[in-house]
Amino acid sequence: MTSFASGLLFGLGLGLSGMTDPKKVVGFLDFFGGWDPSLAFVMGGAVLTHGLGLHLVKRDGKTLCRTESGRPEEASRGGKLVFGACVFGLGWGLGGYCPGPALVAAGAAGRQPLVFLAALAVGTLAAAKAAGSDCG
Amino acid sequence: MSPGRSVSTLSTMIAPLAGGILIGLAATLRLWADGRAAGVSGALAGTLARGPEGRTPHARFLLGLVAAGGVLSLLGVPLAQGILPRSDAAMAASGLLVGMGARLAGGCTSGHGVCGLSRLSPRSLLAILIFMASGALSVVLTRALAGGRL
Repeated sequence: MTSFASGLLFGLGLGLSGMTDPKKVVGFLDFFGGWDPSLAFVMGGAVLTHGLGLHLVKRDGKTLCRTESGRPEEASRGGKLVFGACVFGLGWGLGGYCPGPALVAAGAAGRQPLVFLAALAVGTLAAAKAAGSDCG
Repeated sequence: MSPGRSVSTLSTMIAPLAGGILIGLAATLRLWADGRAAGVSGALAGTLARGPEGRTPHARFLLGLVAAGGVLSLLGVPLAQGILPRSDAAMAASGLLVGMGARLAGGCTSGHGVCGLSRLSPRSLLAILIFMASGALSVVLTRALAGGRL
C-alpha cells in the first residue's frame, strides 16, 4: 500500500507543481526564448526535501542515504549515459513529457499523454531487451 | 502587486516549490517503505520487463501516479494550461526517445534528478545537465523545423 501511496503523493506533487504541463516544461528548456524557471523550483524543492529525508529518516537502523539497494541512477555510466541522456533530452524537449508527468496526465484522460505512454512503453521495452541481450 | 503578477509568482515559484516538496516527500516515503529509489522509468521497466524483485511494488507505484491524475481531475485542478501543438506522430517519437534514452541513461528526471541529485551523485548531475542541454537543443530544432508546430 505504501508503494501506491508514494506514487499518489508523487503524482499530486507533479500535478500541482505544473510539471504535467508540457508548455511549462518546454518553457523551461527554452533558454534562448521566454524562459520559465518553474522546473528549477520543482527540482530544487524536491531535492532539498528528499536530501533532508535521506539524512533524517532511518530504515533498519541506518539512515536512508546509507541504504545500499535502490540506486538505479548508478546503473549506467560513460558513453552510454551521455548518449542516453542526449536521446532522452531530444524526446523531452519535443513532447514536453517525461514518464512521471505523462502517467499523471494520462490519469486525467489526456490524449497526448496516452500516445506518449504507448510509445514510451515500446521504447523502454526495446532498450531493456537490447540491454538484456548483451550481457557480458 | 497587480493580479497578473501575483498569479505569475504563484505558478512560477510557489506552486512548483510546493509540488517539489511533495515529490521529495514521496521519494523519501518510497525509499523508506520499499527500499528502492523512486525513478519512474525504473519502475516502468520493472513492470514491463520483470526484474528480479518482482513487478508488484513497481506497478503499484505507477498506479499511484495515474490515480493522482484522476484525483486532481476530479477536484477540478487543471494539469495544464492549454496544449502543445504536436501531432500524434510527434508525441509518439517523443515517447520512443524518452523511453530508450531513460533506459540507456539509467534513469529519467525523477531517477537522476530527484533521487540522484539528492544523493549528490556526479553521474546524475551529468545526466541532468545533458537532459537539459539536449532538451534545449530539441526546443530550438522544433521551432526551427516547423515553427514549433510538429
